[in-house]
Amino acid sequence: MSTHREDTAAGAQQLDERYFVASSWTLMRRKFLRHRLALVGGVVLTVIYLLAIFADFLAVSGRDQRYPEHLYAPPTRVRVVHEDGLRAPFVYGLQVTRDPVTRAKVFTIDRGQTFPVRLLVPGYEYRLFGLFPARLHLLGVDAPGVLFPFGTDSLGRDMLTRVLHGARISLSIGLVGVALSFLLGCLLGGLSGFFGGPVDMLVQRSIEFLQALPTIPLWMALAAAVPIEWPALRVYFMITVILSVIGWTGLARVVRGKLLQLRTEDYVTAAAIGGSTPMAIILRHLLPGFLSYLIVHLTLAIPYMILGETALSFIGIGLRPPVVSWGVMLQQAQNVRTISLHPWLLIPGLFVVMVVLCFNFVGDGLRDAADPYRR
Amino acid sequence: MARYLLRRVAYMVMLLILLSFVVFVIIQLPPGDYLTTYIATLEARRIPITESLLEGLREQYGLDQPLHVQYLKWAGNFLRGDMGDSFSQNRDVVKVISERLALSVTLSISTLILVYLIAVPIGIYSATHPHSFGDYAATVFGFLGLATPNFLLALILMYLAFTYFGWSPGGLFSREYMSAAWSFAKVIDLLKHLPIPLIVIGTAGTAEIIRILRASLLDELSKQYVITARSKGMQEGAILFKYPVRVALNPIISTVGYLLPAIISGETLTAIVLSLPTIGPLLLVALRAQDMYLAGAIVMLLGALILVGNLISDLLLATVDPRIRFGVRAQA
Repeated sequence: MSTHREDTAAGAQQLDERYFVASSWTLMRRKFLRHRLALVGGVVLTVIYLLAIFADFLAVSGRDQRYPEHLYAPPTRVRVVHEDGLRAPFVYGLQVTRDPVTRAKVFTIDRGQTFPVRLLVPGYEYRLFGLFPARLHLLGVDAPGVLFPFGTDSLGRDMLTRVLHGARISLSIGLVGVALSFLLGCLLGGLSGFFGGPVDMLVQRSIEFLQALPTIPLWMALAAAVPIEWPALRVYFMITVILSVIGWTGLARVVRGKLLQLRTEDYVTAAAIGGSTPMAIILRHLLPGFLSYLIVHLTLAIPYMILGETALSFIGIGLRPPVVSWGVMLQQAQNVRTISLHPWLLIPGLFVVMVVLCFNFVGDGLRDAADPYRR
Repeated sequence: MARYLLRRVAYMVMLLILLSFVVFVIIQLPPGDYLTTYIATLEARRIPITESLLEGLREQYGLDQPLHVQYLKWAGNFLRGDMGDSFSQNRDVVKVISERLALSVTLSISTLILVYLIAVPIGIYSATHPHSFGDYAATVFGFLGLATPNFLLALILMYLAFTYFGWSPGGLFSREYMSAAWSFAKVIDLLKHLPIPLIVIGTAGTAEIIRILRASLLDELSKQYVITARSKGMQEGAILFKYPVRVALNPIISTVGYLLPAIISGETLTAIVLSLPTIGPLLLVALRAQDMYLAGAIVMLLGALILVGNLISDLLLATVDPRIRFGVRAQA
């Protein structure tokens, strides 16, 4: 009995020992891994980013390929149950007929035809990572059969394919935008916190000013000024610049607050007396102190960028076709009648919600992990 | 208090001037000046252009003068209530905006009130019953509310209302009341159309307020004065509403400062999707047509609305919290 108690005491002590010698990053990683929602969010995000990277491989048809016979085709159901029992996954044939009265197109399932879903089928050519030519695609069905896992849009383009390609734009715009506002935020927040005085005053007042403005009207006004004849890549870049010009304020606040707090610490004075240059002090002694806060803040800023792009593209003044992003895709879902007839047009929206949720979960987990007072 | 008020108002005027610079830049952004766009519009409509008309316009907007003179002219006209002409509507900007501004303001303020009415009780419940089913439900709602873009929520609600209830919920009025004079029946009709816009615009704000209130109230509830009050045998409800809730409401009042921009932003987008007769769709139309005097005036007004809202919330906060009006602001 007594040995048992000693064992556990020794165990606890060992645990404490490990706790005290662990670096702060190790502690953070441990705390983050205990945060279940954040972990789930992180995994989902990784999967979605991988989907975006391998979009061409996973797509079932070309990005802009049209199926003129299948405008607004509903999502194809992949089935395993056939009339004569279980089978390998297959799809039924899709027949297009006209309603005799309304002349509207009606899609009916032709149970006489079955097309097995094949793995690793050759299709259109693409370049993997933009480098290696390849033709293999994960899924496909043989010619007269069609496979539209998310249905098709008004021009008969496969929604799944476009969601995957749209992910590239929508997800990267968050990262690029955050990188830009990171630069701005660190620079201005750093100046403000390090020099103090009139510089601080100026930067702080402009932050307050920017935060008091209605973001969306301002974004709209700036985005509408982007010339229509610009190439897609430049528009994309301009939109990220617009998003980050207004989005850097929160980060600048964090940087400044932390700098103000840290620059009076004894170890900073010691470093200064020891002859370190201001730059060395910032990089070697101050930056590690608030890097974790920066990362938290960046994670929480990405979803706002994604939402901003989606909203601007949705109302038609952000990215424009032929660029494919989730917001651009949602442009087709503008009115009730279209949505009630073809609800699958909202699928890109579900992806937006999912990604934003996951970023929030991860951000929350990181925030808890970065807080040294929570064990 | 008088000095605080004065300082605060002076500060707001400064911000308004700053805002006017930004708006002026926005007006200047599209290529070409107002006149070239105006001439193009007139030509498209086959309206003859006379030299005297052009001369008059050039004079009115100071287009042949350097930028700072143009700015002063524009700002001066703005102060006198002349915001220029909207050539896409072929009317005075003031007239175009004033028709819609009232509805925008009404909608924003009712959303703001609704947000507090819903969020404060839920936030208090969440903090007093942490890790209960209701708390988790509120948390899930909070996450979803923050993650769903306004326009998507509007689309989904419209879709549900249309398919399951057979409503066609666009706009704020049914067709027969659209241009009718105000009457009791019209108000009833308006009330019928209000729920969806209110829900859509208010969801994100509600989620945010619940989160903030829950966190700050939880913080307060674990403080020693609460334990003292409890040990003296005070009623749980009395403790809650006498001290911690009042302290925790403090940050809530200050959130008006950023809730208002969020609501007005959200309202802009939602109004476009739901085709509400408010300022939002007007801004989009103006921007698409590069009708910059109209667009600039709208951004200016929305910004001013927010700055005034901030001023009111700051004054409220100062009356509630004496630390602020005496300038001893706690370091955040």
